[in-house]
Amino acid sequence: MIELADQLFVVLKREILALLPVAIQPLASVFLSIGPIITVFATLFAVTTILERKGLGRLQNRFGPNRVGPFGVLQPLADGIKALIKEDVVPLRTDRVLHFIAPVIIMAAALLAYSVLPFGRNMIALDLDTGVLFFFAVGASTELAIFMAGWSCRNKYAMLGAMRAIAQMISYEIPLILSTVGVLMTAGTLSTVGIVEAQGGFTGLFPNWHVFTPWGFAGFVLFLIAATAEANRSPFDLPEGESELVAGYFTEYSGFKFAMFFFGEYLGLFAAHALAITLFLGGWHAPVAFLDWVPSYLWFFVKLLGLIVLSIWVRGTMPRLRSDQLMVFAWKFMLPMALVNLLAAGLWRFTGAGPLGWLICGSLVAIAYVWLGSHMALGKPMPKRQYRFAE
Amino acid sequence: MLGTGLIKGMAETARNFAGSFFQEDRLTTVQYPEERIPTKEAARSFPFLVFDGDDAAKGLRCVSCQICEKECPPQCIYIVKDTTKKPDYMGKLQFQPKIFDIDVSVCMSCQICVEVCPFDAIKMNVEYEMSRFGRFEDLLIHKQQLAKPNEYFHKIHPTDAAEVDARLAAEKLKAEAKAKADAEAKVKAAAAAAAAAAAAATATPATGAAPKPKPATPAAPAAPASVDQPAKPAVTTPPAPSTP
Amino acid sequence: MHDTRHLDSQAQPSYRVESRGHHGASDLLEVSMGPQHPSTHGVFRMDVVLDGERVVKLKPVFGYLHRNHEKIAENTTYLASMPYTDRLDYLCSLTNNWAYALAVEKLAGLQPPERAEYIRVITAELTRLTNHICLIGFLLQDMGASGTPLMYAFRERENILDLFESLTGARMMCNYMRFGGCRVDLPPGWLEQTSQVLDRFPKFLEEFDRLISGNEILIARTQGVGVLPRDLAIQSSATGPVLRASGVNYDIRKVDKYGIYDRFSFRVPLGEHGDVYDRYMVRVLEMHESLGILKKAIQDIPPGPIVDPKAKIRGFRPKAGEAYGRIEGPKGELGFYLISDGSPNPYRYRVRPPSLINLTALEDMCLGQTIADAVIILGSIDIVLGEVDR
Repeated sequence: MIELADQLFVVLKREILALLPVAIQPLASVFLSIGPIITVFATLFAVTTILERKGLGRLQNRFGPNRVGPFGVLQPLADGIKALIKEDVVPLRTDRVLHFIAPVIIMAAALLAYSVLPFGRNMIALDLDTGVLFFFAVGASTELAIFMAGWSCRNKYAMLGAMRAIAQMISYEIPLILSTVGVLMTAGTLSTVGIVEAQGGFTGLFPNWHVFTPWGFAGFVLFLIAATAEANRSPFDLPEGESELVAGYFTEYSGFKFAMFFFGEYLGLFAAHALAITLFLGGWHAPVAFLDWVPSYLWFFVKLLGLIVLSIWVRGTMPRLRSDQLMVFAWKFMLPMALVNLLAAGLWRFTGAGPLGWLICGSLVAIAYVWLGSHMALGKPMPKRQYRFAE
Repeated sequence: MLGTGLIKGMAETARNFAGSFFQEDRLTTVQYPEERIPTKEAARSFPFLVFDGDDAAKGLRCVSCQICEKECPPQCIYIVKDTTKKPDYMGKLQFQPKIFDIDVSVCMSCQICVEVCPFDAIKMNVEYEMSRFGRFEDLLIHKQQLAKPNEYFHKIHPTDAAEVDARLAAEKLKAEAKAKADAEAKVKAAAAAAAAAAAAATATPATGAAPKPKPATPAAPAAPASVDQPAKPAVTTPPAPSTP
Repeated sequence: MHDTRHLDSQAQPSYRVESRGHHGASDLLEVSMGPQHPSTHGVFRMDVVLDGERVVKLKPVFGYLHRNHEKIAENTTYLASMPYTDRLDYLCSLTNNWAYALAVEKLAGLQPPERAEYIRVITAELTRLTNHICLIGFLLQDMGASGTPLMYAFRERENILDLFESLTGARMMCNYMRFGGCRVDLPPGWLEQTSQVLDRFPKFLEEFDRLISGNEILIARTQGVGVLPRDLAIQSSATGPVLRASGVNYDIRKVDKYGIYDRFSFRVPLGEHGDVYDRYMVRVLEMHESLGILKKAIQDIPPGPIVDPKAKIRGFRPKAGEAYGRIEGPKGELGFYLISDGSPNPYRYRVRPPSLINLTALEDMCLGQTIADAVIILGSIDIVLGEVDR
């Protein structure tokens, strides 16, 4: 029974395929994999928008939207209708082709990344041997779409905004990828299914997840920060937030295309979080042994929701970083930290998973963090200030 | 630079998030229009005219002295005096306004008209939901809409209304006492004059009939005066006892 | 195919972009951060010339909110100008009222009684609290903290505005001071309510400190940004927290000792570097000091009359002469210069707006900074367009 609940979707797909004629079974199989993914993540996008607005509202001592449905749950529907019925304004001098396909590409690239993520036991659309590599390759294509959007406007300022966004995203690709190399070294495979399986089992109370190692924890934090920067979310949303000041790359978009850009960005965020769960948080494994009767896909989505809540929480608290500070942070703090992390992951292999490993690897990571943080993090040292008073 | 400030900040927002479900002061939204914050007593939105009793035309305290029109900073009050007079709460005949318009789109709720009115006729209302559909004619409020009974004034500003009523009643009492003292003084003066005239008449009987009518004339005005006195209080409606 | 040329200019509503000629290696970009802008605290325009990201020239353009305040005052009585002073710096109406009343009292030789002076001090310090709350909220909002510090700050401000409403009748346009005292006495229970609000205030300041004052991102964005050197601050007549953050010890409450400020012992916080962080922290520390003044004033307030018996509401004609009354407003030195010729209307009425005078140093503060910082520097000067434009 537990098996059936866990493998529910796999069994459903098999049964439906059995009903169809053999000739179209491969095609149908593809659609049966893609369809639920798109549906589920589109719904998750809608849920996230309302969750974010209500969550930010509660954080700020106010209600979020609460007029549209009971507790405002139909708000995404209202937003969707609004985006659809808005006039699609396309400036005269733009490159029409690029202007049209930029949002399409961002969505396509983001959606492609989902094909290598395991949502549950045996539930993956594409079991590649080089899943992680495929993910990063496709994820980088979203940057192309952003540049296309900025370029198509033939507007110097939009292009500058787009270039700044690209610079940000490219700078953060490197810590993003480097922080995962430790995981790849330990698991020994690039396949996402293999990495999740390598995190099965428990040692004592703790599961064998990669996040419960010193290099894994540091890698997780680095990965999350880099993923937030990749998705242009606060506190790294200067390309979006500054669009009042300098034309951001999507100022020329209105109506549904604008909504598609946001959809693509949020999907990218979800994909990055899902990869973080796969690499560090044990994928679809349960955190405690006695709860592994809960279906695996439910664990996956619970963890995903947890990371989404974390990103909403961070957005509500932090002010924005300036562009040059972003770059300094990426190159002078995160890159060295990721390299040190890599060294720690390598050492872990030799010292093993016991107290010695924690001592050596943990202290290596901690010392690097403290040293880099106090000297390099945002460009200059900041001593605490004292204020004097006059009587 | 170790991120401790960031973590503390996140703890603070988490505390606010959790507190917004349990503590009152962490969710301060008032869901208008289902809930409304009750207005404070001293609040002011736009002026209104007070009338005593039930009839707005008869009991209106405004005597169209036009002081508020002169002192209003943005000049939003427009008064036209009526030619007929009507008696006020003390019985004295006063002018009244034929037209009293306030342009609420110009009024800035500064309350100077209330401060300078010598007759406690114009006071500040607390109603703030004054949206109208017509932009110009609907926001020019006329005398009929401005006039509200004294009971309404008591409802929205109880302390002020009680103080005004007490003061007006005290003034009325003072005026009545003064009028009574005047009447008594007049009677006394008439009696003294009569006595003096009688003494003069008895002292000089040779002056003839001329002094004789004199005692009559002082007595004659005294009689209608005493007849008038009790009639006056009956005309006016006493404001103080009618308050709830 | 419809003509969308007009839409092109509408697609960028808040700025105009022109590329200037070649100056050396790079050409300069002129951006006009237009009157409609989410972060300029009102209808305010900055014409900025950029070299890449760095500001090379900046010209503030204001006047969009000019309402002829000084000319109107020449045609109305002294009392009728009082509600208009509320609307100068619309966040601090009670201190505006006090400055004007001070000027007229100097002109006419009126002296407010003790209780009125205490009430004036209490309301002025409460106004200082509301203004500084506004500033710290909006400065962080400009920095992109998505509204959280702003909401916390305004949650506290609402309590103080409720106090103002129960005292004066209106939350912001108070019209409360009169020549020779105050308009009405404190309602019963007002002092207790004020004490309650003030008891909660230190907790709010602590929370706010924990939320944001130690935040590394804030520190990185504000320290060293928009430095106003001490000499330049003095030369450009900056006053208020802007001046004190640059290290100059000049607080009119200590210099002039107007009202009864000499009875209160409070410290004046001074900054050292004159950057945005110093201006922010000086205001936070000033709020702490104001709490001390308020507690003492609430304790010591005597009973008594609230208006000078010689004062008149109607037919007020001060003798011919001139007077300049100034106070330490929350934004700086707010002064009123009045010339009377014996008639009910003033002959000349001039407002010294602290926001405008502090704004003259904006260009020097912004040179060499990036354009994102220009917004923050503007926010830290704390301008209110009602005062800048009158």
